[in-house]
Order: sequence, then structure tokens, then C-alpha cells
Amino acid sequence: MSSTLLSTSEVVRVYGRRLSLLGQGGKPVRAVDGVSIGVARGRTLGIVGESGSGKTTLARMMVGLLPPTAGSIEIDGRSVPELALSDRKTLHRMVQMVFQDPVSSLNPRKTVRSILEAPLKALLGMGPEQRNQRIAELLSLVSLRAEFADRYPHEFSGGQAQRIGIARALAAEPELIVLDEPVSSLDVSVQAQVLLLLSDLQRRLNLTYVFISHDLAVVETISDEVAVMHLGKVVERGLRAQIFAKPQHDYTRLLLSSIPAVRRRAQ
Amino acid sequence: MNVAIEKATPAPEPADTRAGRPSAWKLLTRNGVTSVGLALLAIIVVIVLLAPVLPLANPDAADAVHRLQPPFSSGHIFGTDQVGRDILSRLIWGTGVSLAVGVVAAAAAAAIGSAIGLCAAFYGRYVDMVLMRGVDMLMAFPYLLLALAIVAALGPGLLNAMFAIIVVNIPFFARAVRGATLSVVRADFIAAARLSGLSDLRIIASELFPNILPTIVITASTTVGWMILETAGLSFLGLGAQPPQADLGGMLGDGRNLIEVAPHVATIPGIVILLVAIGINLVGDGLRDVLDPKLKSGGLARAHAKTAVAPPDQRLGRLSSAPLDPHSLLSVRGLETHFTIGREIHRAVGGVSFAVKPGEAIGLVGESGSGKTVTALSILGLVATPPGKIVGGAILYRGDDIADTSLAHLQEIRGNRIAYVFQDPLTTLNPLITVGEQVAETIRRHRGLKRAEAWREAVRLLEAVHIPDAAARARSYPHELSGGQRQRVGIAMAVANGPELIVADEPTTALDVTTQAQVLKLLNELRHERGAALVFISHDVGVIAELCDVVHVMYGGRIVESGPVGVVFNSPQHPYTQRLLACVPELGRPERLIQPIPGIPPAANALPPGCAFAPRCQLAEARCRSGAIELSRIGPDHWARCVRAAAGNA
Amino acid sequence: MRNYILRRLLLMVPVLFGITVIVFLVIWLIPGDPAKAILGTFATPENVAKLNHDLGLDRPLPVQYLIWLGNVLRGDFGRSYILHRPVIDEVLDRLFPTLLLAGTALILSSAFGVLLGIIAAIRQNGWQDKLITIAVLIGISTPSFWLGILLIFWFAVRLAWFPVGGMQALFGGGDLVDVIHHLALPAITLAAVAGAVLVRLTRGNMLEALRQDYVRTARAKGLSEGRVIYVHAFRNALVNIVPIIGLEAGFVLGGAVYIETVFQWPGIGRMLVSAISTRDILLVQGGVLIVATCYVFINLLTDIVQCILDPRIGQA
Repeated sequence: MSSTLLSTSEVVRVYGRRLSLLGQGGKPVRAVDGVSIGVARGRTLGIVGESGSGKTTLARMMVGLLPPTAGSIEIDGRSVPELALSDRKTLHRMVQMVFQDPVSSLNPRKTVRSILEAPLKALLGMGPEQRNQRIAELLSLVSLRAEFADRYPHEFSGGQAQRIGIARALAAEPELIVLDEPVSSLDVSVQAQVLLLLSDLQRRLNLTYVFISHDLAVVETISDEVAVMHLGKVVERGLRAQIFAKPQHDYTRLLLSSIPAVRRRAQ
Repeated sequence: MNVAIEKATPAPEPADTRAGRPSAWKLLTRNGVTSVGLALLAIIVVIVLLAPVLPLANPDAADAVHRLQPPFSSGHIFGTDQVGRDILSRLIWGTGVSLAVGVVAAAAAAAIGSAIGLCAAFYGRYVDMVLMRGVDMLMAFPYLLLALAIVAALGPGLLNAMFAIIVVNIPFFARAVRGATLSVVRADFIAAARLSGLSDLRIIASELFPNILPTIVITASTTVGWMILETAGLSFLGLGAQPPQADLGGMLGDGRNLIEVAPHVATIPGIVILLVAIGINLVGDGLRDVLDPKLKSGGLARAHAKTAVAPPDQRLGRLSSAPLDPHSLLSVRGLETHFTIGREIHRAVGGVSFAVKPGEAIGLVGESGSGKTVTALSILGLVATPPGKIVGGAILYRGDDIADTSLAHLQEIRGNRIAYVFQDPLTTLNPLITVGEQVAETIRRHRGLKRAEAWREAVRLLEAVHIPDAAARARSYPHELSGGQRQRVGIAMAVANGPELIVADEPTTALDVTTQAQVLKLLNELRHERGAALVFISHDVGVIAELCDVVHVMYGGRIVESGPVGVVFNSPQHPYTQRLLACVPELGRPERLIQPIPGIPPAANALPPGCAFAPRCQLAEARCRSGAIELSRIGPDHWARCVRAAAGNA
Repeated sequence: MRNYILRRLLLMVPVLFGITVIVFLVIWLIPGDPAKAILGTFATPENVAKLNHDLGLDRPLPVQYLIWLGNVLRGDFGRSYILHRPVIDEVLDRLFPTLLLAGTALILSSAFGVLLGIIAAIRQNGWQDKLITIAVLIGISTPSFWLGILLIFWFAVRLAWFPVGGMQALFGGGDLVDVIHHLALPAITLAAVAGAVLVRLTRGNMLEALRQDYVRTARAKGLSEGRVIYVHAFRNALVNIVPIIGLEAGFVLGGAVYIETVFQWPGIGRMLVSAISTRDILLVQGGVLIVATCYVFINLLTDIVQCILDPRIGQA
């Protein structure tokens, strides 16, 4: 049951080897510096870290949007960077991504229908009738009304736009979805809607998640396993209960102690 | 006290909001000045197109007998030129030539330049370097000189002149389009399109191009006017249209040496060029207003030094019935702040009352659009006008209404008795001024210290906010500091003159959690040390709970519940507060079910009558949706704006 | 910052190199035999062959370029077959009048452009702003050569306040007052059109700067409006205005071609126009190359000024 779907081994990504006419490149930065983690089928791996920890770079490498400088990333036993070069269609039918900013992740000049159609046509080769039926299904999966299909992104609130982003990721029928800070730009009440939707979808569709966030409480709510990233490295990883109850690494402890508590014990 | 556990209920969607989006054409013609430009151009184009059927003299027919006839002479409304040709006829045909050349040149330069810019930005690296260095070379020449060099090589002639004008305009398009493309290429929807399996070509055609088209149109609308002027210029120099063909520039050139004997020969074509260019520029400005999203909301309006305030006798609403606490330092009473955007009124703050005692920390908590930031900015008239205006209520500082005090008096209070800490320290500090000077200038302003003294005091303050090596760091610019250090500078600025009240608007939202914890600790320490009261605005319930004594929960521009932090957060009485707290994931209690609030917060321009939360509230009844609901007292210092709370059955 | 200036100086090398390539390629653009074009219709075959050899036109293009570049670096731009003198002498004689005219126009247009732009921005939507906006619209829509003709007609011919053209009086002229008297009309004409563009961009940049969060911070500190506008907003707007002044330099150097022609000003622009009509290609090459080089140095200057104004640039 708990077979590994995605795993990374000693992944490194270096930025800043910029080319310039006079060879004046910046100092290279190791955004991701030797990360080895994995996620089992049907489970959620939470990755938590502050800005500059390399979590977004890692996410982009996991879905093949960014090639790693060194190390390997495998999905279902196949190399993600290689698939990204040779067979993007197969790769993106296995793994999809949901982005942080729901507004910038939707093309402002396309209707929801044509945004959702793209993967159905390009990845699954569906005909027009099948597509229409599937788009209706997808919208109802994310609790949006079917007539929203012919609207443009600016007509939606942040929470609705993020549902469309999730529907787009689901359209390819992937096994794995990498969620990069999917709720951080949403208000708490809307954030809760999206979190509940995500866990509902995971149960119904047997999805595997990599959930990236800076918010420890959110990660704790949704993850089975957690990895804590700091300056490009995973400083601690383990089962959720373990990390939050008995943190081993100083940085994890610092993170946990920095979170303000809603209810004062003193009262 | 857990509310019944519920499934993810499909959100009830807001009413159809599609109607209010006018087409680009409507927006364009709505602007009066643009319409004038459009009309001017339309008239010119129609006349030019009708040239073949209008009863015009042959534009090239010389008539030596009737040369240099003045305007309004028989048969020649605009007179004749030096060889007796009819000026009106030549003018109309010439305008056609000039317009055609300008439009063709603009289209060609746009096509080639945009292709270069698009490829450079999309493929990046070597492609970008090679293409843009080439463009830089073209830009290294003074605009017109390169055109002259090309004409010099190819020889004079209208087509050659047009070719030269196209070449020298390519860089403008290449640069503009490259910039626009770069910002689009980095957008997540391009990554999403890749993940959707689209090919590079499809991405360029269906994702990129539609989004950079406005940039191309804007650039074309600004350059087409130049191109017409420049082509006319080349013809004027005798390097463009060759006789007997006439364009406007050539006609002007003919008239140049006749200026003393027959000024009309040069004057009339000049006026026509001017009219054409004015028409094009007016339409171009209109297009830019419509297409440039930055200008769309009218956002370029300059904010006044102080928020506009309705005079006391015209202010809306009744002052709160709660008795005035004589001990309060600041008392906001029935504050209403509205924004007028287009013809719509956004009621951002709709009657907010609260008081701050000396040394007390109060929190305003709410989601985006709840009115908490506008409330905070209204206190010292920092809401941008236009579009904002304080239309109701009063702001009592030590008993005086400072809402409509003079700007000079307000400036004495700002940064001195009441100080602000803002959200994003990168944008709220001036990037070109050292952080030491930014602290020192507020000291000089209010304490009248000399430059050197104020600087020493600024360094002491930077030490007080724990900036390491403060004396050296004072000479740094904001971009040289980390986010946390920048916010420390913001705090140093706020406490510089020993204020009685600090208003902090989401001061840690842009920071990481570990930095946030340090900054909050610092803010709290300094506040206690210096005995300042605090108004703390945040969306984060946890932060408010840690820092504040009293909390006011805001929703839809009103306070819906207020009371001591422990009371409100441990036994919330308003359904919104209850549901809000149930939404927040709590560390160490992952098993607790998060219960989302269905629906979305109301828009400030479409607030429902009655309780703003009623449409999302499961307990809502008919009376929630009718009249205004007052805050009612439900315990010592505990208030809630709910009909059920008032009845004591919440 | 020293690093930035050094880097910027180094970057000039490829730019100057690129300029020579483009100027060189101008000859190559000439349809048919360049030597024939240079010598005109009445050239003898011997002369054509000799010029072909002198210019190295009988060799491969890169070799031609290197020969030409070598000559240019030694200050040899060839001879004008029309004027019968070395190109470099003619160009240098005419460089000063052009720089005088363009420089005066640039200073006038920058000073008035920035000033009016600020006034328009701080009086946004007031009558001053509306008046300036209308003036700017007319300014950017007016062909400078036409404006020049009108000014000559009114102020030189009708009112006779200024001379009709030239740089100095034919007899007894040449002193400073005389030159300024001659300079006034052409410089104003050139500055009017260039200044209009600057007013518009200054206004836009000021409004943009005044919208920024740090302006609100400055106000929240209780600073006076004067300090908010001139210390906080204007300094930031200036960072964007300086490179525009650099572009304006290119605009006035190019626009000088019209103005010099209209006002009979003895500068490079007028020389170029007559060289083009006599097909004196080498003279055109020399003139364009020298003016473009001046422009590159002006741009270097504006970049350095911008770097001094904005500490973020030097460190990027």
C-alpha cells in the first residue's frame, strides 16, 4: 500500500550562473542543496519552510518545470527531468501543480472553459463532446457552478480562482499534485474551504499530495509526513505527530515556538 | 461548544456580476477628449478616402499664370503654390500619402520589433543577448541620424525614407514587447500552460501574445504620430517624397523659401500635419488609458495631504450611543469612510466606534475588505483622497475632533503624538534615503534638533530596536537591510518622538514567522517601556491574541464583536467570530476539524441591508436582513452586533 | 559605484564597435557600385577603380571593415569628393555649432520640461495642469521644422527681433552677444518640441512617485508637504527622468538636422542633408559616426548621474 510514488535523491539546484557579455555573473546560490525526500501513494507530504528555504524551487523541479543541477527525481520509477525533456505529456499526466497566486495562475484572456480544455485536449486527446462533459464534472468536483465555464478569471474571487486552478490540475487525471502555498493568499475563512476541498478530493480520487507552505498549523492539519526546510536543506523530516510533538532540530523548535497561539493558556 | 460538524458545503455563489464590464470601445468613446481625437481622425480619413470622387483639381497640374494665388481666390480655396498647382487638392492627396506611409511604417516596425522582443524574452539566454545587443546598437544612434544614414545609402525617395523610419523604430517595439513578455513569461499561468501539455508555439500564440497585444497597441499608438512627423520631415528635407508626388512634408519644404512672399504655402500643410498628429495623440492617450491596467482604476490620481472630510453638520450617521469615556486617549466614534470609484460608492468603513485608553493595546481583526486598515488610516487622515472621504463620525484625540482639524495641526500630531508602523517595510521606506536619515528627519521635524544631534538620536533609536552595528547601519539604504531589520527601522521611526499611541497596520504580515515573533516582541517591549498605547491591525487572530488587551472583530466595515481578548476568543458570541475561530487551524490540534464559512465576504459596494454576515450565517433569520443592528452589551465590556446576542440566546 | 562606472565604461566598447559596424554597413547598402555612387555619374572608370582599391571595396567584407576601421581609428574618414577636403576636417569644423545648438536646446528643454512637469503633477486636474497638458499636446504634435518656419516668419521677418538664419552676422559678427542673438530662435524651436515630451513624462513619474507607500509614510511622520513632494517624491521621480533626458539628447541631436536646415545653422545636420543630396557618402559616414559617438558619451553621463541618485543601481 505505501509504495513510494515520488522520491528525490540529493537534489541540488544552483542559481546565479548568469551569463553576461563581460562574464560578470552574480555569486551562485544553492537554492536547493541536497534534498532527499519521498512521498507514498495516497499520502500527503508537507514541506514547511520560510522564504528563501528553497521550497518553491523544489516544487518546480518535482513537476519538471525546472531541471535540477544535480541529483535525481523519480516518479513511479521514471526520471522526472528526463521525462520533462523527452515526454512531457506522460509526465504531466502523472504529476500536476497548483500555484500560490490563484490570479496569476489563470490566463486573464481565456475563459475557464478554454483553460480547462487545454489539458483535456493536449494531454488526454479528448473530443469536443467528451471535453464538455468532463469540464462540467471538473467544475462540480471543485464545487463551482457549470455556467462559470464561460467566464473570465477576473470575474472570480481568490477562493473561486484557486478552485479553478485545482480543477485544471485535476483535468489531467494525475496521481500526484504538488501544491505550492495553495492557500497562503486566501483569507482564513476561504482558506478553510480550500483545505477541506483538498482533503475531500484526496479521499475520493486517491490523490497523492506534496503540500508546500510556510504555515505550520496548515501543514499540520493536512499532512501525513512533514519535512522542514531551511536554507535549501531538509533539516528534519518524519511523521507529523513526531515532528510537532517531539521536534529534534533547533530550527524546527524555533519555528514552533514562534507561532502565536489563539487561546491564551492563562485565561 | 463545537458547532455541528459539517461537510464541505458548496459555496452559495454571489449574484451574477457580469453586467458591469463595458467594452473597450465604450470606455474609449466615453472619454470626451478621446472622442474629439477620433472624430478629427475620422473626418481626415474620410476626406482622404473620398479624394478620387471629390471635385478636386489635378494635384500635379501646373498653371504658371495662376501661381502663388492667395487663399480664397477663385477656384482655389487654399490658393496655389509656386507652379500654380491647387493647394487644396495637393493637400488632400498629400495627407493620404503621409497617413499611408505612417500606418504602413508603424505596422511594419510593430511586427518586426515585436517579433524580436517576443523571441528575446521567451527564449532568453543567448537568443536574448544577441537580439537585444543588436537593438542596443540601433538605439546607440540619435534616432534621426540613423534614418539619414540609411537614406543616404539607399538614395532619396518615399519608399527608402519609409524603410529608414521603420528600421529606427524597431528598437522601441523590441524593448517594450520584451519587457511586457518578460513579466508575462514569469506568470504562473505560463507554467500552468506547460503543465497542460501545450507546445511552445501554442503557448506563444494563445497565452503570451494576447497578453502583450495591449503593449504593442500602446507602443504603436505613440510611435505612429512620430513616424508621420519624421517621414514628413525627411520629405521636407527633400529626402522623402520626390516631385511631382506630394506629401505633407514635401509641400512644407516647397513653401519654406516662399515664407516671405506667400506664407500660406508653408502654413497650410503644417496645420494639417498638426491636426493629424493631435488626432493620433489624443486617440493614443485614450487607448493607453483603456489598455494600461495601472491607469484603468483611475489610480494615478494624486492623493491629497489629508483625507477629505465632510463638514461636521453634513456627516452621516449618529454618534454612538455608548457614553464617552473621559479617560480615553483616542475615541473613534461612528466613523464612516467611503470610496467613490466611478459612480459606485464603496462603504469601506460604515460606523466604527472604539476607544483607546493610555497604555492600552487594542486589536482590530478581520479578513480582507473588513475595513480594518481604512479605519486605522482614517485616524490621522491618511486615506488617499481621491477616492476616499470621511463622511461620518468623529475622531476624538484627547477630546478634540481631529477629523476636520487643519493640516498644520494634524502634521503636529502625526509622527509625534500618534505614530504609524506600516505593513511592507520595503515599499514604505524611501529607497533613496538612508535609514538613519529617515529616522532623523522625523526627530528634526518634531523636536527641532540640529542635524548632527538628530542623527545621534537616530543611531540611539536604531540601537534600541536591536539593529547590530547601528552607527554603520544608519548609513545603509533600505534595500541593504533584511525584511526584519527594515521593520525594526519602521518601529524606530514610530517611537522616535515618544508617541502616546502607535497604530500598527499588519506590521508583520510580510515577514517570516520567526522574524515576526522577534518583531512583535520588540514592539511590545518598546511600547511598555515608553508607555504608548497601541492599535494593532491584523488578519491573524493568533497575533492579536498574543499582543492585545482588547479586540474588535470587524466584518463588512463594522465592528461585530468586541471585548477583552480572553473573553472574545474563549467564548465568542457573534456567529462570525465563532465561525472565524473555527476556520483557523490550531497548532497541536490537528485532529480538530476545520469548519469553513461558506461563501465569500461581501463587497464594500454591495453590502446587504441588516447584518453583513447574514448571507453566510446558518443562524440568520428574517430580522437579520432588515434594519440596522446595534452593538449590544452582552457582558462586562463585551459587545456583539447580533440580534441573537441582544436577546441573550446566542 | 566605482565598479559600476568601470563596468559601464567597458560596456561602451561593444556599443562603439557596433556603431562602427552599422555605419560601415551603410556603404554596403548602396545599390549597385558604391564607388560609382560616391564619385557620381560622371566618374571615369579609372577613378572608380582607384576608389574601389582605396576603400578596399574589391576585398571581402570583413577585410574591408578592418581596413576602414583602422583608418577611422587613425582619424582618417576619407576625402569628400564634392568639397575636396578630408572628411574629418569638415566634420570637426561643424561639430561645435551642432553641439552648441543641441546643448542649449537640451538645457532649455530639461529645465522647463521638468519644472512644468512638476507643476502639472502637483496641480493635477487644476487649471495649471490643464493648460500645460494642452500645450504639451500641441508641442508633441508640432513638426519642429514647421514651428521654425513660423517663428522665422513672425520674429525674424515681421518683427525683425532676430536674424533670419546663420550663426553670426556676416559683417562684424561672432562675439558672444551676436551668437546668442542668432542662437535664440533655433534653440527655442528645438527645445519646445523636446521639452513637451519631457513635461509629459515628468508629470507621469511624479504622479507615480506620489502614489508610493513611502509618501504615505513621510506624511505619517508629519513632514510638510514641501518636504514630501520635493525630498521624497521628486528624488524618486528624478531617477526615472534622468535617462529620459539622455534620450532627449538623441532627440535634439537628430532634430538639429531640421532646425539647422531651416535656420541655415552651419552644423553637422545641414552638412548631412546636403551631403546626402550630393551623394557624398563618406561625409555622411563621418558625420553620423562622430555625432553617434558624442551621443554614446552623453548616455554614459546620464547613467552615471542615475547611479549617483539611486544607490540600488550601483550594486545590481
